[in-house]
Amino acid sequence: MAPSRDAVLARLLELIQPFNAKAVPLAEDTRFADDLEFDSLTVMDLVANMEDEWDINVPLNLLPDLETIGQVADAIVKLKAGA
Amino acid sequence: MTDLLAKFDSIRAEYDFLKGTGLSDPFGVVMERVLSPTRAIIRGRETILVGTYNYMGMTFDPDVIAAGKAAMDTFGAGSTGSRVLNGTFATHVAVEQALKDFYGTSSAIVFSTGYQANLGMVSTLAGKDDVILLDADSHASIYDGCKLGHAEVVRFRHNDAADLEKRLRRVPAGKGKLVILEGVYSMLGDVAPLRDLVAVSKAAGAMVLVDEAHAMGFFGPHGRGVYEEQGLEDQVDFVVGTFSKSVGTVGGFAVSNHPHFEILRLVCNPYRFTASLPPVVAASAEASIRKLMTATDKRARLWAASRRLHASLKGAGFRMATETPESAIIAVLMPTQEECVIMWSALLDQGIYCNLSRPPATPMGVYLLRCSLSSEHSLDDVDEITRRFVAARAATQALAA
Ligand SMILES: Cc1ncc(COP(=O)(O)O)c(C=O)c1O
Repeated sequence: MAPSRDAVLARLLELIQPFNAKAVPLAEDTRFADDLEFDSLTVMDLVANMEDEWDINVPLNLLPDLETIGQVADAIVKLKAGA
Repeated sequence: MTDLLAKFDSIRAEYDFLKGTGLSDPFGVVMERVLSPTRAIIRGRETILVGTYNYMGMTFDPDVIAAGKAAMDTFGAGSTGSRVLNGTFATHVAVEQALKDFYGTSSAIVFSTGYQANLGMVSTLAGKDDVILLDADSHASIYDGCKLGHAEVVRFRHNDAADLEKRLRRVPAGKGKLVILEGVYSMLGDVAPLRDLVAVSKAAGAMVLVDEAHAMGFFGPHGRGVYEEQGLEDQVDFVVGTFSKSVGTVGGFAVSNHPHFEILRLVCNPYRFTASLPPVVAASAEASIRKLMTATDKRARLWAASRRLHASLKGAGFRMATETPESAIIAVLMPTQEECVIMWSALLDQGIYCNLSRPPATPMGVYLLRCSLSSEHSLDDVDEITRRFVAARAATQALAA
């Protein structure tokens, strides 16, 4: 069964926390590049963890469109539904 | 008006700062004269070249030069056309035949560069309903090929067969799959465990493309590459290569035993919509490839030089990118960008040209001084290179202190 968006978001926040070196408060509209200042290597590690958590492939082509935490949660829900 | 170049301001500022330090510009080296595969005049000084990928030293081979001159005289300076219009000369057919003979394949297609070979192969093989699985450390030409095409692109951890297997399993049933690997990865000079990677790919029903740019001529019994050395000739579907390294000129290619491989000539834009190689280049490449088939002495010398450089730099206390010498790329890890740039400049002052490599080209954010050996480096050259590395380190430490 596909997880609910709330469940995905809650778990996503937990996955982001270890990379959140500057302890930026996390919300739906927090941006990875501008607010969290994640570089491409950090993004790659985080994405790999998300892929393992939900057993999905997050295609590289999607990444440029995923700017905020909320957008990532939406994408995961969609990928899970499609799998 | 928005200045479209403003988005590069931070890179420009960094570059201007670098040039303002009085250090040499690592991106502005000019070869004033080239004396041999291992020597050039840079800023008026004779310099040992240790960063040219001229693995087999073919750039000044007399037969290669003679073949090029003859083609220039016979066919003129350029083809002025696409391979599928007026740009296929007898020289292009001949170099493709040389590739088929070298690789023992039924087909070979020559592109104008290796970059374009990857652009063309990757973007054309995988269509919009297909999935590409590529190693995270893939060359920029492979990433750009992904961007040019319409397939879904999934990256797996560098050289990690278990990670690749997991991602292959997650691809929905019925989708075409293309796994893209390299024999030797050019930044650290590490060799891929192709046997494991190809095994999981084949088990999942994927087709496999291997870029052997940095292995041609000196891996495997026929010098075909790492895939040959690891016994995978009947498993790898497509091999991509370049003329710009071991072959000693410029151009790219793909070879395959697929019975319908030739159709790519009609559907691959980076093949069709650009002019073919000049005949002088095609003829030089053909002569070079034919000589590489039997270049066992060169192979032995290249491996001896590579092993010696790795051992002597390691012995001198440098941190090496690979524990053992895996290929003809011998890379030294530098602790910081600053030390890397200062040391690179000190090396040039000492008459050594190597490559300065930094993120994002390098993996894991590392800074490298990357050497690539040639069969034409003598063991004395190698010892001299090490001596100058040690001297440059002393100069760097004095400056950085
Ligand atoms: C792995 C790899 N593939 C392809 C290329 C492109 O080759 P070329 O110089 O012929 O464009 C290179 C070299 O730049 C490379 O390192």
